[in-house]
Amino acid sequence: MLEVSNSDAISTATNLQWHAKDLLDTDTLTPEEIELVLTTAEAMHEVRSRPVGKVATLRGATVVTLFYEQSTRTRASFEVAAKALGADVVNLTASGSSVEKGESLIDTIRTLEAIGADVVVMRHGKSGAPYLAARHTSASVINGGDGTHAHPTQALLDLFTMRRHVGSLEGKKVVIVGDVLHSRVARSNLWTLMAAGASVTLCGPATLLPHTLAGQGEHGRCDVTTNFDKALEGADIVMALRIQKERQNSGLIPSLREYIRGYQLNARRLQIANPGALVMHPGPMNEGIEIAPDIAHGLGSVIEEQVTNGVAVRMALLYLITTARAR
Amino acid sequence: MTALLFRGGRVIDPLHGIDRVADVLIDGVVRQIGTGIDAPGARVVDVAGCIVVPGFVDLHTHLREPGYEQKGTIATETEAALRGGFTTICAMPNTSPAPDSASVLRSLLETIARDARIRVLPIGCVTRGRAGKELAELSELADAGCVAFSDDGSPVADARLMRNALAFTGAIGLPLSEHCDNPTLNGGGVMHEGRISERLGLSGQPTAAEVSAIARNIELAEATGAHLHIAHVTTARSVELVAEAKARGLHVTAEVTPSHLFLTEDAVFGTGREAAYDTNAKINPPLRTEADRKALLRGLEAGIINAIATDHAPHAIEDKLCEFDEAAFGISCIETAAATVFTLVARGELSLATALRALTSGPVEAFALRSRVPGIGALTPGVSADLVVVDPSLAWTVDTAAFASKGKNSPLNGVELTGQVRHVVFQGELAHSLELANA
Amino acid sequence: MSFERLLGPDEITRTIRRLAHEIIENNSGTGGLVLVGLLSRGYPLAVRLAAAIGEFEAERPPVGRLDIGLYRDDVTQRSAPAMIRPSEIPVSIDGATVVLVDDVLFTGRSIRAAMDALIDFGRPARVRLAVLVDRGHRELPIRPDFVGKNIPTALVQSVDVHLAELDGDDGVYVVSQEAAHA
Repeated sequence: MLEVSNSDAISTATNLQWHAKDLLDTDTLTPEEIELVLTTAEAMHEVRSRPVGKVATLRGATVVTLFYEQSTRTRASFEVAAKALGADVVNLTASGSSVEKGESLIDTIRTLEAIGADVVVMRHGKSGAPYLAARHTSASVINGGDGTHAHPTQALLDLFTMRRHVGSLEGKKVVIVGDVLHSRVARSNLWTLMAAGASVTLCGPATLLPHTLAGQGEHGRCDVTTNFDKALEGADIVMALRIQKERQNSGLIPSLREYIRGYQLNARRLQIANPGALVMHPGPMNEGIEIAPDIAHGLGSVIEEQVTNGVAVRMALLYLITTARAR
Repeated sequence: MTALLFRGGRVIDPLHGIDRVADVLIDGVVRQIGTGIDAPGARVVDVAGCIVVPGFVDLHTHLREPGYEQKGTIATETEAALRGGFTTICAMPNTSPAPDSASVLRSLLETIARDARIRVLPIGCVTRGRAGKELAELSELADAGCVAFSDDGSPVADARLMRNALAFTGAIGLPLSEHCDNPTLNGGGVMHEGRISERLGLSGQPTAAEVSAIARNIELAEATGAHLHIAHVTTARSVELVAEAKARGLHVTAEVTPSHLFLTEDAVFGTGREAAYDTNAKINPPLRTEADRKALLRGLEAGIINAIATDHAPHAIEDKLCEFDEAAFGISCIETAAATVFTLVARGELSLATALRALTSGPVEAFALRSRVPGIGALTPGVSADLVVVDPSLAWTVDTAAFASKGKNSPLNGVELTGQVRHVVFQGELAHSLELANA
Repeated sequence: MSFERLLGPDEITRTIRRLAHEIIENNSGTGGLVLVGLLSRGYPLAVRLAAAIGEFEAERPPVGRLDIGLYRDDVTQRSAPAMIRPSEIPVSIDGATVVLVDDVLFTGRSIRAAMDALIDFGRPARVRLAVLVDRGHRELPIRPDFVGKNIPTALVQSVDVHLAELDGDDGVYVVSQEAAHA
């Protein structure tokens, strides 16, 4: 490719910077900051594709993963991302540490800072916990998922994946289906998609929908509906969320069978959406429940790519946040 | 005891319908209200530009002692109340032990006699240990001196038990102050169920939980003829139910907290771009919507709500410095209560007359306290001896570190309020003054 | 601030032609040649060089682009880290003769970073360096193999290269601060 593209001109002209100490949710990111993350992720994606898929840029930095909730993919993704940038990684789980002995969140965070953590990637079962932690440490806190509130890195990797396939999200229709009320993935995605000008439809059983989130944003919009078939009309992207069996036990849904009947993403339903509509899922999947296996692995599915892109996006965030700390 | 002459203030006594610029002479009790009073030997306090009103009365305070002294003690919290302009408070019984029998109540009264800076009227439990299973020794508690019954911060969830309780308290002739709530609807909720709870991923407490409980309790009060007092009303619909009950002639009274008149669910989010998850705004029942707040103000103005009651709830720092779900419920507000009310007056959201009535004669009438404490909540010459001087236009910034209360848990830290308590007279003595030494 | 133009469009074109000849001569042809331009302005230069080489020889060598942002030694000190963009080298560089191309050679740190980056792509047989301008003041033991023009400068000055593909015009400018008022 011998042409000099426009993007080179643009990237020399603008000098976007990352300013925030922490990344707690996507609702405070400006469209410019989101753009910065995605462009940097593009570069990181290319680094990963080289024979030697790592660089030494963050050599000397210490990244600690502090996970109060179990997770395979998110934690592994962050660990690979940090190591691909040459940083040192320490993994902590709630069990088997002093947290189990009743050490408070603030004390734990302060201990991590004292031993030299530059960045703490935190996952916690209570909404708002990373906000409390971030206020009490000068280390940078990246929210790896807090309660039912936010999962900003997931939303950014979802957006990165969407952009690679459909280009600009302006005016595109995205349907997010499932237990939206308890989904931090849905919330964080809602903010990034609306900032990108998309039209988001949140869909699920009446007891699992956040009714107050519908409305017009500055750019995009959000609708809330219980009618999945109707919601799929004109959809460019469909994201299925995991439904937990516990919801049935707490009386929020009559049964999984009822859920599948009304809200499973399967071949028949995918036909209603636009041809070539993307199929997404944050994982892990309950194949056969919220998503039919043939759709999960079918032509429109970018679910595995979401996982791969996760490393590149998290590398971008670690790079931007760590280099901002020095300033 | 030196006599005190408060000169040139605007004297307002809602009970007697007084509202004029006058001098007030205190000599053990309120001796004289008039102009050009001559009182040789009296200490003259110039209060021009201020209002001179009866000492405030609070129907709902949590003193935390006995059992939770790390959150507050009778000494510290009554000092806090005094600085807030309150000369009489009613102590809620969620202590440990809880006053569900006369012996516990008498022990409490001894501590009060020894440590309290102002008048503390005890409230007895409705059920044993506030467990909601068996009735407490209600008549024994009444004889020992309680002014009302309550299981606050828990509702009496069992409807049958509540009906029995109301039957008894009705016969005794004391109000039952009920924290109206439906635990199965509210279970696990940490703030108002609505726009902010959905945004922040926090479990919500729906309006229907409070409203349905109020409706139930009004029916039970009607059936038993008892006096039902509804603690801390928070929703528009709740105000409607109270209005209807009063219109039908039922003996129902209601109170509202200054926090619910001043703040909404947005206080949990905070004013920044990033969510604050401010645990200082976590209170039960929760701060609701702006529409609810406005309805509460209208309800107070119309007399549907009888009184402003603080629900002062001090907590230790560690009880609030944690994840939002884990944080204790409650706002430490008795030192800022009057100022928030006066700020609402300054903003034109509440009339001065209503504000003062809600802090003095309103609560006194709601709990029929005048027979117990003559002259309370008024400036009756020869009888009343509690008075507070407020500068209604003085702006000041809240500094929780300077609170006398052990509880620094207030969402108003750093907020500018209009209206400050300058002097407080309790039982004829100058108990608190911002300007004068030897208070 | 004063701008002094030292090279105009014609001079740049001639310089590039000369560099192309030197590269061909040094390599005895175009065999195994891969030009890799450092983003930003090294890349359009490399494209032009490849085109010039292609005019004189039968074959135009492949051109790659390299972003060195992740390899800088001052990543944590810069007041504004440059945006990181994807690199792309369309052929394998194992055993190849890689010619790194940049617009201005100054301290040599960019070239050091570029060599680190290159090694992550493979193992070239040899690496040469071609620059349009050498302004002196090396801080590392780096020397160019092909130089368009030597421009001795003072440290307080800077050299700006404009290329039509990015800046709209072609030119090499020396920028000096005005003397302070007395």
